[in-house]
Amino acid sequence: MSDRLRAWLGPLLRWETGLALVVVIIGIVGASLSSQFFTSNNIFNLGLSYGEIAIMTLPMTLIVISGEIDLSVASILGMSSALLGYLWARGWPMLGIFGFVAVVGLAAGAVNGLLVTRLGLPSLAVTIGTLAVYRGIATILLGPNTVANFPATYTNLGVNAFPFTGNDLTYSAAIFIVLAIVFGVVLHATPFGRSVYAMGASVEAAQFAGIRVKRIKTILFMTSGLVCALAGVLFTFRLNTAVQNNGLGLELAVVAIVLLGGVSIFGGKGTIVGVVLGVLAFAGIQNALFLTNFNQEAAGIVTGALLLLSVFGRNAASFSSRLREWLSAGRRGRGSDHPAGVTPP
Amino acid sequence: MQLRQTAGLAVPLVMASVLLAACSSSSSSPSTGSTATSGATSSSSAAAGLKTGLKVFVIPKNLGNNYFTTADSADSGGAIAALQALGETGTETSGTAATPASQIPAIQAAISKGANALIVSATDPTALCPTLNAAMKRGITVVTYDSDAPGCRNVFINQASTAQIGTSEVDVLAKELNQTGDIAVVSAASSATNQNAWIGYMKQQLTKYPKMKLVSVVYGNDDPTTSTQVTQGLLQRYPNLKGIISPTTVGIAAAAAVLDTAKYRGKIALTGLGTPNSLKKYVSDGTIKEFVLWKPNDLGYLAGYAAVLAASGKINGSQGQSFTAGKLGSFTVGADKTVLLGPPFVFTSSNISQFNF
Amino acid sequence: MSTLVSQSERPSPEAAAGTGAHKLTERVFRIRESGIIVVLVLFVAVTASIQPRFLNITNIQFILVNTTVFALLALGETMVVISRNYDLSVGSVLGLSAYLSASLFGGHPGLPIPLAFLAGLGIGLGCGLLNGIMVAAGQVPSLVVTLATLYIFRGIDILIVGGKEVVANSLPSAFLDIPKATVLGIPVIAIVVAVVIAIGAYYLRSFRSGRDLYAMGSNPDAARLAGIPVGRRVFVAFTVSGAIAGVAGVLWAAQYGTIDSTAGTGYELQVISAVVVGGVAIFGGSGSPVGAALGALLLSTISSALYVLGISPFWNQAIWGLLLLLAITLDRFIAVRLTAALRVRGARHE
Repeated sequence: MSDRLRAWLGPLLRWETGLALVVVIIGIVGASLSSQFFTSNNIFNLGLSYGEIAIMTLPMTLIVISGEIDLSVASILGMSSALLGYLWARGWPMLGIFGFVAVVGLAAGAVNGLLVTRLGLPSLAVTIGTLAVYRGIATILLGPNTVANFPATYTNLGVNAFPFTGNDLTYSAAIFIVLAIVFGVVLHATPFGRSVYAMGASVEAAQFAGIRVKRIKTILFMTSGLVCALAGVLFTFRLNTAVQNNGLGLELAVVAIVLLGGVSIFGGKGTIVGVVLGVLAFAGIQNALFLTNFNQEAAGIVTGALLLLSVFGRNAASFSSRLREWLSAGRRGRGSDHPAGVTPP
Repeated sequence: MQLRQTAGLAVPLVMASVLLAACSSSSSSPSTGSTATSGATSSSSAAAGLKTGLKVFVIPKNLGNNYFTTADSADSGGAIAALQALGETGTETSGTAATPASQIPAIQAAISKGANALIVSATDPTALCPTLNAAMKRGITVVTYDSDAPGCRNVFINQASTAQIGTSEVDVLAKELNQTGDIAVVSAASSATNQNAWIGYMKQQLTKYPKMKLVSVVYGNDDPTTSTQVTQGLLQRYPNLKGIISPTTVGIAAAAAVLDTAKYRGKIALTGLGTPNSLKKYVSDGTIKEFVLWKPNDLGYLAGYAAVLAASGKINGSQGQSFTAGKLGSFTVGADKTVLLGPPFVFTSSNISQFNF
Repeated sequence: MSTLVSQSERPSPEAAAGTGAHKLTERVFRIRESGIIVVLVLFVAVTASIQPRFLNITNIQFILVNTTVFALLALGETMVVISRNYDLSVGSVLGLSAYLSASLFGGHPGLPIPLAFLAGLGIGLGCGLLNGIMVAAGQVPSLVVTLATLYIFRGIDILIVGGKEVVANSLPSAFLDIPKATVLGIPVIAIVVAVVIAIGAYYLRSFRSGRDLYAMGSNPDAARLAGIPVGRRVFVAFTVSGAIAGVAGVLWAAQYGTIDSTAGTGYELQVISAVVVGGVAIFGGSGSPVGAALGALLLSTISSALYVLGISPFWNQAIWGLLLLLAITLDRFIAVRLTAALRVRGARHE
C-alpha cells in the first residue's frame, strides 16, 4: 500500500511541490513587504480580479493535457458578455438569458471541437481564427454601445462575499473552488480523465485502446465554451458593464497560468493541483508587486521568468549536459527522450 | 529521481532569491514622489485649511503612455507636482493594457495601501464604478480626470468642454477648407465614450456649414497599424475627401504619416487632438496646419489640487463652489460635479516650438 | 503531439523514384503557392468589381508597404515553424528594436541610416540568441519559452521606454521616406523584402542546413538519429528569426514615425495566422516562406478590402476570423495530399 502511495505521490508532486513552495515564499515575501497582503480585504480583491481567469484555466488544463489548445477562451467570455448585455437591453428575463448564453457557449466550444476533430485542423490555428470570430460577434452585437444597468441582485456578485464564509471569499472564487474539485475528480479519478491523459500522450495508442478521441476532445472544447460563458457572465456582473472588449487579451494569462502549473504543452502531463497553485502564484506575484510599489511594468517580466522556471526547473538536470553536447562540434545524435532518472553518459 | 526532486525544490529557492533581490531594489520609480516638500509650503497649505500628508494615488488608463506621463509626473508639472507642493504623497500606478481588467487591480491595491484619495482616468465609464463606489464608501476621495466615470466620483476634471472640443475641430477644418468639402473622422475605439460625445458635437457643428459633409467615421482603435489602414481605406473610398479629423493622439499621428506625401500633403486637410512633440514634423512640413489639445500637465495639476481640496472637505462637487488651484488660478464647479480646465488650445506652426510634450 | 495526418497515401511507383519525387515536390510547392495566389486574385477581383478604386496604384502601394513588416516576420517565423517550433516573441522583439534603433537618431543627429538598421538587426539577434539557447540547449518547448520571452522582452521594453516616445520630428526625413520610395510605381521596400524572402526560400530549399529544418519538423526523432545537429539548427533558426524581427522593427519605425512601448503588441498571433494561411504546416515539416509572405499579403489585402468597401467596421473582425478559418481549412486539404509525397522525398534525401 505504501509502495502504491509512493508511486502515486512521487511523480505527482515533483513540480507541484516546488510550485507549492513558490506560493508559500510569495506569501511570506508579500506579507513581510506589505502589511496589507494577508488582509481579508486583499484576498477578497484578488478573488475579484482573478476569479474569472482562474475559472477559465480549469477546462484549459484538460484541453492542453489532451494535446490541444484553446486560444478563443477570452473571446467566448467577451461574446457571452455581449450577448448578456444585448438580450438584457431587449428585455429578456435574466434566467432565460442565462440559458441562452449557456447554449451559445456550448455551441462556440462545439465549433472549435468539430473543426479540430472532424476537419483535422490544428487547434492552435483554429482557435486563433475563432478568437477573432467570437470577438467579432461580440462587436456586432453591441457595436459602440455599453449596457450597464444590470439589477443589483446580480451585480452584488462583484461586491458581496459568498455567504457563510466571512469576508474573504468572492462568488467567483467560490465557484472556482467548486469547479476545481469537480475537474480534479474528473481528471484524476475517472476513466474519462485517464482517457484525456492517454490521448495526450499518444493519439494512436489511445485510439487503439478504444478511446473515442474525437468525441472526448469535442466534449472538452464544449466544456471550455460553457465555462468561459459562465466566466463572461460573472465578469459582466462584477463590472456591471457589457461592452464588446470585455476580457480582451486574457487568453495569454490563462495559458501562462496553465503552463506555470506544470501542464506540459505537449500533452499527457499535468494536474489540477498544479494549475490551482499556478493561479495562486500568478495572482500572488502580481498582487505583491502592486502592494509593494514595485514597478508594475515589471510584472510581465516576473510572469515570463516564472514561466521559464516552470520548464527549466523540470529540465535542470538535463540542461547542462545538453549545453555541453550542443556546444561541442559532435554530430552524434541522441534519442529525444530519456527514461526518467537516467542521466546521459 | 533524486536529481529531479532536487531540481524541483531548487526552483523555489532560486525564485525566493530573485524575488528578494528584485523587491529590495524596488524603491521608487522616477514618477513617484514620496518625500514631502519643505516646511514652508506645507504650512501654507495647512494654513489654507488643507490636509497634509495625504496618500494620493494617480491612476491613468495605462502606464507607458506619453500623454499620461506628462499629465501625472512631477517633472512636467503635473498631478504629482501639485500634490508635492501641497505636502502630500503622490504615486502613479496602473496596469499596462488600458483595460478595466488591467486597471482595477491597481485601484484595489491603492485602496489596500491606505489611499486617502484616488485620481483616475477611467478606462471605461461604467466598469470601474463598483470599485470606485466601494472606495468612496470607505471615505476615499475619488477624482476622475481626462476620462470620466460619471456618477462614481466626487469630482471630474474635464480638460475642456466636451462641446468645445467637438466644435473647435470642425471650425478649424472649416477655416482651412473654406467651409466646403467632404470630411471624415478617424476615431479610437468604437465604444470610447468621450470620442462618441465629441463626434456628436462635431455633427451638430457641421450643420452650420451646409457645404461640408461628414461622409464617414472610422475606428483606429488607438493602434497605429489599424489607424493607418482605416485612413488609407478612406482615401480610396472617398476620392473627393477634403479633410480628416482625428480626435486621438495615436490616430492623428498615424493619419499624418499617411498624408505626408506629395500626393496628399496640403490637398487633404488634417486636424484633431494631438501632442505637440508627435506632430511637430507634420506641422513644419505642412501636413497639418492647426490642431487642438489642452495642456495635460495643467490637467493633472488641477486634478491634484481638486483631490486635496475634496479630501480636506473644501469642495464636494456641488455646482457653484469655487476654489483656487495654485498657479492655475481659480475655478468653479459646474454641473454634474465637473470642473473645466479651460478652452481647448490651438497649436499652430507659430507656437508649437514653445512646447515640449 | 498528434501527427499531421493519420492516414497516408501510397505514392505511385514513378513518384517513388528519386527524380520523380523531386519533380513531384517541385510541382507540389508550386501548387501550394499557386493555391494562395488563386485565392488572392479571386479576392482582389471580387473586391475590385464592387469598388474599382481598390486597384488604383496608390492603394496597391499602401497594401504592399503594409505587408512588408509582416512578410519579414513571416519569413523568420516560417523557419522556426518548419522545424516544429514556435516563436511567439516576435512582436516584443519588433517593439524593442523599433524604439531603441529609432531613438538613436535623437541622440546622434547625423547617424547614417544603415547603422540604425544594423542596430535593429543586432537587438533582434540578441533576443533571438536568447530564445535559441534556451530552446536548443534546454530541450524545452519553444511555445513556452517564447511565450515567456514575449512577456520578458515586452517588460524590458516598457521599463526602458516608460512613458517616452520617439517622434517623427526626431527622425531624419530620408529615414521616413524609405517606405515611400517607389520604382516604376512599386514600393522599393516591397521589392527588397520580396528579394529577401526569395533568398530565404532558396536557402531553405537548397541548402542542407535549410532542408534539415524540414526533416526536424517532419520527424524529430528520425532527424536526430540521421545525424542532423538538431540543437544547432534550432539555435540558428531562432537567432535568424530574432534578427529578422529586429530589422522589421526598424522598418516599422520608418513607416509609422511615432514609437512608444506598445509597438508590435499582438503581432505574434497575426504572424502565425499569416504563416498558417500561407500553407506552412503548424506541426512543421512543410511550407515555404514565399507562401507565408503571400499569406501576409492576403491578410493585408483582406484588411484593406474591408475598409475600402466600407463594410461596417463592426463586422471586420468577424469576417477576418471567418476568412482565416476558411484559409486554414482550404490549406488542410492540400496538406493532406502533399505530406505523404514530401515524406517520401525527405526520406530519399541523402
